Amino acid sequence: MKKTTLFDIISPVMIGPSSSHTAGAVRLGLLARNIYKNDIKKVTFKLYNSYAHTGKGHGTEKGLLAGVLGLNVDDRRIKNIFEDEISAEIEYEFEYADNFKRHPNSVDITFIGDIEMKIQGESVGAGEIVIRKIDDFNVKLTGKFNTILLVYRDMPGMISQVSSILQYHNLNIAFLNCDRNAKGQEASMVIGIDGDIDAEILETIQEIPDVYFVSYIEKLEQ
Amino acid sequence: MEINTFEQLKTECIQSGKEIFEIAQENTAFSADITIEDVRNFAKRSLDAMKEAIDAGMSSNEPSMSGMCGTDCLRVQSKFSTKPAMFGKLFEKIIEYALATSEENIRMGKIVACPTAGSCGILPSTIVAISEFYNYTEEEQINALITAGEIGRIISAKVAIAGAVAGCQAECGTAAAMSAAAICTLRGGHVSQIIHACALAIKNILGLTCDPVAGLVEVPCVKRNPFMAIHSVTAAELALANVESKIPPDEVIDAMEQTGALMSPTLKESSQAGLAVTQTAVKVQQKIFG
Repeated sequence: MKKTTLFDIISPVMIGPSSSHTAGAVRLGLLARNIYKNDIKKVTFKLYNSYAHTGKGHGTEKGLLAGVLGLNVDDRRIKNIFEDEISAEIEYEFEYADNFKRHPNSVDITFIGDIEMKIQGESVGAGEIVIRKIDDFNVKLTGKFNTILLVYRDMPGMISQVSSILQYHNLNIAFLNCDRNAKGQEASMVIGIDGDIDAEILETIQEIPDVYFVSYIEKLEQ
Repeated sequence: MEINTFEQLKTECIQSGKEIFEIAQENTAFSADITIEDVRNFAKRSLDAMKEAIDAGMSSNEPSMSGMCGTDCLRVQSKFSTKPAMFGKLFEKIIEYALATSEENIRMGKIVACPTAGSCGILPSTIVAISEFYNYTEEEQINALITAGEIGRIISAKVAIAGAVAGCQAECGTAAAMSAAAICTLRGGHVSQIIHACALAIKNILGLTCDPVAGLVEVPCVKRNPFMAIHSVTAAELALANVESKIPPDEVIDAMEQTGALMSPTLKESSQAGLAVTQTAVKVQQKIFG
């Protein structure tokens, strides 16, 4: 478990009323936006369990939409986001469901634009969040590190090729998770990095044979 | 050295001859790879936001989305303006500021979660009210805030600061401990007094449950903030007089952790017992959510 820091205790500066149901919702929206990267035409939020039941009283729907639109947790526009002109830029819709297998504060965010993408996330307390799934791939993204996401053909040596590029650029890996659908099939790798990553590094990784797709997910502001 | 207990903090203070805030800002700067000035600027940003929330809350009468809360701060101010509080102006300010912040939170205003949004009124009310009353400088207020943050960090090393995990004792209790530490720092207390103030504050709210009506951060959360602010003043005054907790501070946190683990899940932010299932609460819930 990551240790709590002094900053976690005396922040965030946020729009109330709840760190998990309001600030956490904004952060889920923000990180999902950073993952999707494309222009958003439409977004659907499916809220589960406590998010579905008490979201209205906590501004959870407002927070999710505000995050997807790029507003930070302390942006005063969150309160009246449905009336704000910024929300007229995209189509959005909310659905509600119960599913005891899901975390109490869960949401599926489905983006529709040039590509479609479904992102599953949880608000795990004190404004902390985790993205658990991007389409069919299991991931674990907290927004605390700049992160490289790559999709590639499952094969020996891929981790070593990628990590040697990072080593060459003197980048330290904070965490690394891999997942695959089946041996030899499409696989995903999520690498958290200390510090920043430039485009050149991503291009080098993209050039590795059998890498289908590389994405850079920026960390969220503290 | 990594500090995760009150005992370690005290030892480090005594050996280095430094105050808690100095050690906390050095360690935080080191682990986040930033300067001490960055840490203090971060704290200043939180302090400024706390003051902004107090100002906004002191002049608003807007109810929350549920309509349950949002009008008590002006009610209290109005009473004090004609009939002053028995304990004087500083007492009035603390109560008003705690309510102002907490009400600002539930009307979707901007606050500082310290440590959580539900407990956001406790620490700011004492730091700001006491600093206004005694003219403490901004630097002194930042020292107090960093000290409070370090106390919260040490508590969170053992107990998750979440009502759903350990009840309100872990949220408002931690906030009260942080507030007590901040007051002691402002008033010139030394490390032993500061950590005993924390122990005294927590010892006296052990077992406090989290049973919010309709699952919202409103009832009993909003009014609990001024209560806990005054609670923290009591803890600080006792500690500054060298009254010590007979149970050492670290063991008090152990007791809080165990009490939280033993607390029924129905009383931990799930709104399945206590105030949340009273006849009135059930009616309120039906009215809000249908």
